[in-house]
Amino acid sequence: MIGRHRHLIGLEELDRGEILQVLQLAASMKEVLRRPLKKVPTLRGKAVVNLFFEASTRTRSSFETAAKILSADALNWTAAGSSVSKGETLVDTARNLEAMRPDVLVIRHAASGAPRLVAERVGCAVVNAGDGAHEHPSQGLLDAFTLAEHFTRAAGGGPEAAPDFGLLAGKTVAIVGDVSHSRVARSGLHCLPKLGAKVRVCGPPTMIPAGIERMGAEVHHALPDAVKGADAVMMLRIQHERIGDPLIPGTREYSKFWGLNARKAEEWLSPGACILHPGPINRGVELAPEVADGPRSVILDQVQNGVAVRMAVLYLLAGGGEAHV
Amino acid sequence: MSAERVVLDARAVQAAVRKLAAEILEAVRAAGAAPGELAVVGVRRGGIHLAERLRAELGRAAGAPPPLGTLDIALYRDDLASRGSAPVVGPTDIRFPIQGRTIVLVDDVLFTGRTIRAALDELVDFGRPRRVWLAVLVDRGGRELPIAADFAGARVEAGGGEDVQVRLVEAGAAADAVIVRPRAT
Repeated sequence: MIGRHRHLIGLEELDRGEILQVLQLAASMKEVLRRPLKKVPTLRGKAVVNLFFEASTRTRSSFETAAKILSADALNWTAAGSSVSKGETLVDTARNLEAMRPDVLVIRHAASGAPRLVAERVGCAVVNAGDGAHEHPSQGLLDAFTLAEHFTRAAGGGPEAAPDFGLLAGKTVAIVGDVSHSRVARSGLHCLPKLGAKVRVCGPPTMIPAGIERMGAEVHHALPDAVKGADAVMMLRIQHERIGDPLIPGTREYSKFWGLNARKAEEWLSPGACILHPGPINRGVELAPEVADGPRSVILDQVQNGVAVRMAVLYLLAGGGEAHV
Repeated sequence: MSAERVVLDARAVQAAVRKLAAEILEAVRAAGAAPGELAVVGVRRGGIHLAERLRAELGRAAGAPPPLGTLDIALYRDDLASRGSAPVVGPTDIRFPIQGRTIVLVDDVLFTGRTIRAALDELVDFGRPRRVWLAVLVDRGGRELPIAADFAGARVEAGGGEDVQVRLVEAGAAADAVIVRPRAT
């Protein structure tokens, strides 16, 4: 259980206390990643099924690694080459997998709302690993974790200091790119303001959804304004696979106006501002290689923190924390 | 607070640690173990400071202090699901090969034996020690598993509704003491 919740569908439903519950446990779990022996028997005998209807390497291997470190059995099921191509429906697939008695079902699907539909029809816990343009809650949590860790280091904490999540209060995070198709941006918008951070969004007008101000975002259409004074900048990928009609004339023009290279980062960003990216990076489009690999980048920290956050999520939903009903 | 009673004062705690060190060295001799074979591993959190003190005592008597490791058993507990709270995980840090060594596992209070069961499980994940001895400052009885201390600084009689607490200056106490008090509900 995460607070009152048996599933993790989105960060919209989670309140500040529930978000902090996961983040603080993740800080504990990160300790295990630093050990010479990265394996604990905590979830021995529990089973985690990764049900992925969309391509993913990072998220799926992150959930799989998290399950294995906690000694849970992880089964990966991908849509390619499965019975989905034979016409099986989402709910049928999920219920067939559920008959194998998993404790947690981790779902990625191109349709927004797919994990919730499954959660209403199965008995095990469901984790949303990204649904359409809706939410990607574990990514939102690992971004918050990584930001807190960066701010803790900037405030003089050592490289292994426990992140102080209170430091997110009053910070400004700029999310740049294809916000309208980004479940990462949406989960960030449901998470960061609850921890006291301000969020700006920036991108071509065709990529900024109408009414996003109501989610607490400050809208910018020029990159220099959006990143000015920001404590962190999150660059998003153009989701070619979700875009039917082109929303931008071309990637070269996109890169010119909304991409970051070393010169722009140097001129426009605050000296201590860090750069996040949920991956995969289109190098040379939204981020120049020298920025992605540069000293401001916390992109690989995000990947490592993703494992710790997913360990915390699996622990809480697979029977740790509170007793089952 | 009136129900709180001191069973070991600072002087008695120090004497108990010295007694543990002397008994361990005697056992090393009796077992014919090589001097460099010994290593001390403290169980978090109560065993850590005690392990450091024991290591210093052993070092004084034997010349060189043995290597020191720590075990955090939070994620090895068998009652995680029923505890109702998220575990706080500290470092597990054993930087020497335990293969073939004589390991002195150190904890402050031995009660049900479940912590030691978890610590043994975690320890053997690191390799196969030659032997493992258990040294505790206080044995209070009440075992729920077939586990016994090889070395106990003191034996304390405490009721089922009582807690035995070891307070050390390294952990912020004004003076070393072992106290028995009614369990907080």
